[in-house]
Amino acid sequence: MAEAKYLHHDKLSAWLEEVAGKMRVLAPVRQGDAVVFAPYASGVQVEMDKQATTPPKGVVFPASEELLRYDYQKNPEQPGQVDVELLPVIQPEPTLVFGCRSCDARGFVIFDRVYAGQTYKDPYYLARREATLFAVIACLRHDITCFCHSVGGGPGDAQGADLLLTPIEDGYVVEAVSERGAPLLDSPLLEPARDKVEQAQTLRDKAPRNMGNPTDFAPARDKLMAVFDDMDFWEDVSAKCISCGACTYLCPTCYCFNITDEGAGLSGRRVRSWDNCMSSQFTFEASGHNPRPTKAHRLKNRVGHKFSYYPALHDGLISCCGCGRCIKSCPVSVDIREIVVRAMGHALPAKDKD
Amino acid sequence: MNVLSQLKEQIAATLPNLDLVIGWERGFDPLHHTPLFMRRPEDVERLVIDALCVHNLAVYLPGLKNKKVGVAVKGCDSRAVNQLAREGLIKRENVVVFGFPCDGAADLTKVRRQLGDISGVQSAALEGDLLRVVVDGKERETPLKDVLADKCLRCRYPNALTHDHFAGEPREARVQTDDYKDVVDFEALPLEARFAHWQQEMQRCIRCYACRNACPMCVCRDHCVAQSRDPHWVTQEDETREKWMFQIIHAMHLAGRCVECGECQRACPVDIPILALKRKLNKEIRELFDFEAGVDPQAVPPLLSFQVEEKNINERGW
Repeated sequence: MAEAKYLHHDKLSAWLEEVAGKMRVLAPVRQGDAVVFAPYASGVQVEMDKQATTPPKGVVFPASEELLRYDYQKNPEQPGQVDVELLPVIQPEPTLVFGCRSCDARGFVIFDRVYAGQTYKDPYYLARREATLFAVIACLRHDITCFCHSVGGGPGDAQGADLLLTPIEDGYVVEAVSERGAPLLDSPLLEPARDKVEQAQTLRDKAPRNMGNPTDFAPARDKLMAVFDDMDFWEDVSAKCISCGACTYLCPTCYCFNITDEGAGLSGRRVRSWDNCMSSQFTFEASGHNPRPTKAHRLKNRVGHKFSYYPALHDGLISCCGCGRCIKSCPVSVDIREIVVRAMGHALPAKDKD
Repeated sequence: MNVLSQLKEQIAATLPNLDLVIGWERGFDPLHHTPLFMRRPEDVERLVIDALCVHNLAVYLPGLKNKKVGVAVKGCDSRAVNQLAREGLIKRENVVVFGFPCDGAADLTKVRRQLGDISGVQSAALEGDLLRVVVDGKERETPLKDVLADKCLRCRYPNALTHDHFAGEPREARVQTDDYKDVVDFEALPLEARFAHWQQEMQRCIRCYACRNACPMCVCRDHCVAQSRDPHWVTQEDETREKWMFQIIHAMHLAGRCVECGECQRACPVDIPILALKRKLNKEIRELFDFEAGVDPQAVPPLLSFQVEEKNINERGW
């Protein structure tokens, strides 16, 4: 792997501009009172000190993406004959996501098993995934809502990252943590990190200890199945949920989608967009039946999918990266940690003997 | 006896006759309260009443229509109870309203502006006119008035306008009139500047519909025009104009119904200042129909009535 480098604060903009000459660079920038990933432009202030309000999920899995264009053509010779012409669209742009957090990059590790795994490879996802690099900033402080260390990650974790930046003194130690990341270190603006590498490692080692003891969510896999049919429990924990999609759309690991045809006349676009299991239309079948008819069923799906069904299919891996956005941005402060902990400690009602 | 103890007593005494009572309790951190659904007597102990009780709990009432429900309301929240009952969306006799004098609710976005990042908050205390917090081991404080929601600074109804129980003594309103100065000032900007404002603000919308679902008056719930599949009125494409289109639909559907509790804006995870759109329509409704939603429980809402000649609309003069 390439030698670790040191990037001084003063040279950050110049380095970003250098990279932006080769590929699109997305960085966390302030928009109103929120911090979102937006194309880096010269003079833009990059928000380096806190987790962005929205994750960079959309870079690889857009909120809405065109899958194909279609065009029905009538044969003038035989008016009864209609042909349809399909034009698939994949236009990934080489991109560096700069300044996301470990949790944000790790979200795609969870995506990969679904869209780039053994059984199925999604060409749209793969094309964007392969065109995108992640430069992660290690967190040396955490938010109250952070729990990456309880779900298989950590504040300085490099899973899913290509570059790992550790804040130190007046800049960052920049390490290439994937082969694809290494060429980005080849810049005269970066200097050898020397003994700062060890200091960075010490800081990263210390960070998870500040987060307190991790919660062991492994038992949730079986316990959530055990409480599956206890609808009193699910109605209780979902009572305050207002069924919006903030938790899902802000989640770096939620990957469900919907497909719609956006047509006008004889032509149109087939669009894949984010779905969310809090919506009453989620799994709404053409027959009019929905196996998840109430918000209690739907919240059960969100919690169960992340902490039980996905782990059961993927070697115990929890499909939550612990970023805490679903907690901190929930309009009514629903706390997924609390629900899972309650489920793990929940005494099932005694079965009626009659 | 202080307001909280009195309220707890009133709720505890009424709870046996009800399915549940909705109030607030402390949430995941000292600055975030969360709705509390009280079903057992011991749940009442968790109730809190202070400037962090930001949610309008009336939002839950239409979904609990066939239950006997108690609900704690601030003055602004109570307007939603009135309006829902007036529109026949809840049965007022099935709802027991617990009122209290409200001193204003904090806007956590303003707290962030005043005190910086509060995501590591360890403690928070409301001491007189000050909000004191400890974040990452450092003490910070701000005058409470600097972090109150805008709606509270122009609050005319600090006490529940409808209630079955009231804890404490009613307090004086901060102001007597709402001059809609924010709307007037914004409308004084050139059209291009206003359009640019909304384009800039709406581009970060994630279409989560938290604004819609937090709104007590948004009662279409699972049948919203924004998500209907057949007919497919609004596209799923992620364009700023589609997002803005929904906000206009939302605002228009709330004309003469919006009670200005500000929940749409508070719920927005990316802080888009969308209350302004509803304020604009409320200003028009007041000028045209001399009506404010939810204030007078007997007043007929303009969209529920018809007059051949409207007093303030000179149709023949057009």
